[in-house]
Amino acid sequence: MSQTAAPPRPTGLGAALPVVGKSDTRPTWCPGCGDFGVVAAVEMAVKRLQLPSHTVVVISGIGCSSNLPHFLSSYGFHGIHGRVLPVAEGIRWANHGLTVIGTGGDGDGFGIGAGHFVHAMRRNVDLTYVTMDNQIYGLTTGQASPTSTMGQKTKSTPNGVIENPIDPVSLALASGATYIARGFSGDVKHLADLVANGIQHKGFSFVDVFSPCVTYNKINTFDFFRQRVYKLESAGHDPTDLVAAWQRSLEWGDKIPIGLFYKTDRPTYEDLEEVLAAGPLALQPAGLRGKESLLDEFV
Amino acid sequence: MTELAVRIGGQAGDGIASIGESIARSFSRMGLHVFGLNAYQSVIRGGHVWFQARASDGRPYSPGDGTDILYALDKATVDIHGAGVRPGGAVLFDPEKFSVAPSELPAGVTPLGVPTLQIARKYTSQSILQNAGGIGATAFLAGIPLPLLHEVLTDSFGRKAGEIVDWNVGASAEGYRFAEAHGHAHDHALSRQGEPKLLMNGNTAIALGAAAAGCKFLSQYPMTPASSIMHWLAAHSTALGVVVKQAEDELAAINMAIGASFAGVRAMTATSGGGFSLMVEALGMAGMTETPLVVVEAQRAGPSTGLPTKTEQGDLNMMLGAGQGEFPRAILAPSCPAEAYRSMIDAFRLAEEFQTPILVASDLHLSENFMTVDRSEIDLNVPVPSLFTVPPSETNYLRYQYTDSGVSPRAIPGQPGLMFVAGSDEHDERGHLVSDIHAGIPRYVTERQRMMEKRMRKLGGLARAAPLPVLEGPPDAPLTFVAWGSTVGAVRDARAELAAGGKATNLLRFPTVYPIAADAARPLLEKARRTLLVEANFSGQFGRLLRAELGFACSDRLLKYDGEPFLPHEIVARALEVM
Ligand SMILES: Cc1ncc(C[n+]2csc(CCOP(=O)(O)OP(=O)(O)O)c2C)c(N)n1
Ligand code: SF4
Repeated sequence: MSQTAAPPRPTGLGAALPVVGKSDTRPTWCPGCGDFGVVAAVEMAVKRLQLPSHTVVVISGIGCSSNLPHFLSSYGFHGIHGRVLPVAEGIRWANHGLTVIGTGGDGDGFGIGAGHFVHAMRRNVDLTYVTMDNQIYGLTTGQASPTSTMGQKTKSTPNGVIENPIDPVSLALASGATYIARGFSGDVKHLADLVANGIQHKGFSFVDVFSPCVTYNKINTFDFFRQRVYKLESAGHDPTDLVAAWQRSLEWGDKIPIGLFYKTDRPTYEDLEEVLAAGPLALQPAGLRGKESLLDEFV
Repeated sequence: MTELAVRIGGQAGDGIASIGESIARSFSRMGLHVFGLNAYQSVIRGGHVWFQARASDGRPYSPGDGTDILYALDKATVDIHGAGVRPGGAVLFDPEKFSVAPSELPAGVTPLGVPTLQIARKYTSQSILQNAGGIGATAFLAGIPLPLLHEVLTDSFGRKAGEIVDWNVGASAEGYRFAEAHGHAHDHALSRQGEPKLLMNGNTAIALGAAAAGCKFLSQYPMTPASSIMHWLAAHSTALGVVVKQAEDELAAINMAIGASFAGVRAMTATSGGGFSLMVEALGMAGMTETPLVVVEAQRAGPSTGLPTKTEQGDLNMMLGAGQGEFPRAILAPSCPAEAYRSMIDAFRLAEEFQTPILVASDLHLSENFMTVDRSEIDLNVPVPSLFTVPPSETNYLRYQYTDSGVSPRAIPGQPGLMFVAGSDEHDERGHLVSDIHAGIPRYVTERQRMMEKRMRKLGGLARAAPLPVLEGPPDAPLTFVAWGSTVGAVRDARAELAAGGKATNLLRFPTVYPIAADAARPLLEKARRTLLVEANFSGQFGRLLRAELGFACSDRLLKYDGEPFLPHEIVARALEVM
């Protein structure tokens, strides 16, 4: 599990520090938006793990979904479009005592941020990345996204999408994430399990969530998924079997799997970065006082 | 001031830079001041490269205008650089490779054939060892004592290198003795001047300064001429406890540094203009989220990929304008390695104090060329205060509190009770968005205005806290040079030359190019009788900034955009024209 943080400072507030819950800001999503289920599941997960608010940082990019950090009582960083993961990685490396959760949309993560997605996974950075995959650009009022369906008519593709969609789960398998799951915001409890287990997993945890945009995506609706999703857990899938995970990731159509596709153990970037062996970087000594011998190499 | 300039030329892959560095380091160990210019092309093998080591008992600030000893590894070097050898000088070459007739050289310059290949063959079949004989002969002509040269060579290979060190020591001694027997030491051959000096290029000074300032995190994507900042810190990462991350691109590099800084470590990134172009949006995010950040922009000749291994000061406009909207920033522009070291300390101090991005404008000429530095100029005792400044007992914590200075108390994730969301969207004092359902509602229109004003108030503080403009030379001189960054070096050397010819000038230099401290700069500019702006770009970008900020127009300009650094004689000629 990503170490539940030793607080970087003496607390002064006593032992009973508040755990993550709702903030005083209410979501501004359209009524019925799938993202409500996702924020509920994330809240449920961190509550279950009893993570104190001050030890959790939730990061996002830009999009409807990326407003999520504002609705939780933890620390948050609401950055720019597509750059969730590099910011999250920087935070993890600065203080690997923190629990780091990245959030955002499919456009944010697999369009403009696709490069970072691949690299963060191959590094196996110990963080959890939850994408609210509505297969459309919500905030910009309904253009095609990298996961939009072939033929789907959107504002930017009035004649239908003519590009093959990205499958985030197979991309994650190819890139080396060590915990790969898919959830559905219509099943909050199941999603909360996936997120909580992801947070506890040591390594890069990716949870792609079917989170319907009720306003702009008339194809991938709650009903669409309710009729199709089935749980890998109840289908006898072995999440340690990489080949089986690949096969399941290719399933799309009348039956679409959700649940844990793959999980393995590999050293994390933080394990392998020697400098971090001395503890969270933010708490390590800094500067070169007394290191005069360093100058000898310039003689 | 007695000076002696040694130039070595050949093809990329011939080991020119390492010969040059050995000569430069020998001089600096003799206690001499050195300027080392490493001129190369964007090819790994072939092409033409050269290194000039200019040593002096005074302090040279530029590569200078001539060469006294030219060691030519190929004929092209003689063709290109022979004419620049000053009378009394010599051209070293190996007659087995090509011949040089005295008639090919300027009057008073002697060719000296040295059998470097023949010497090398006594030790090994690897022809690279010819350089050792050449270095030895060069050292003799330049007045470098043989034992000192041997120390330098041994150190550069590392004592573990075994027979390679022995070959180099043996072959260089033979070259030295050959020159002793067949040539004579240059009239300007230098002798020891005291304690060894430190020799460093701008990038190592930048990296060292960052570490001294308390930087614990560098994320960077390779790009000439910024890469060696990463190389130096990576080599010292474990020993110094600095995390060095080669990112997947510059977008990631800057966003990682912002994340690290947000979470409580001093963090930086470094790049050249192309990479900086990709960082622009995130730079604004650092400004908006009020996250301290240091960005080194080592400029090279643009536009686009431009001349990757050549210098320019063409990115000033971009650094000034980078990012949508407006946010406070400062741009520091060190002129030499010693100043680059201090600039980094200033940059981290300012970034932290004002919680905003600080740019350090270097360029290829500063980043990759070598200068000597005295130990006393590198003070490692830099205060590194804790970043945990807000007491956790704080109630009703406002991350973006309105203050007179524009600087608000900054909590760090992990501190109990101070949770907030840093937003790239406009926000109120608490960090709550005012960009969505509140946008345009009168109360939040005011909120937005106040928050803009709060952030922009930092600019005034930055102008006061950043290094002020400096006037060098007699205040009443008839001509004032105006310069910034690495160009300052050649102007200093030109001023010395002009002064030697009885022409007094002074120099107004700007170690901070933005924001300009108007109170400090205006009186100095207004007193100037005539101003000559010297900068390495096409349009006089800094001159334009001075007009915009102070309403001051320089009377004359000398601009250069051929990729080459300014040479003193070019500046002298232009000064004499306008004086
Ligand atoms: C650099 C940049 N380009 C474009 C935008 C405009 N933009 C904002 S959100 C968005 C896409 C939103 O889609 P997605 O990431 O899937 O999130 P959703 O709104 O569907 O939750 C775009 C293109 C931006 N903010 N920044
Ligand atoms: S536009 Fe779509 S994604 Fe955005 S809030 Fe509305 S329903 Fe949700």
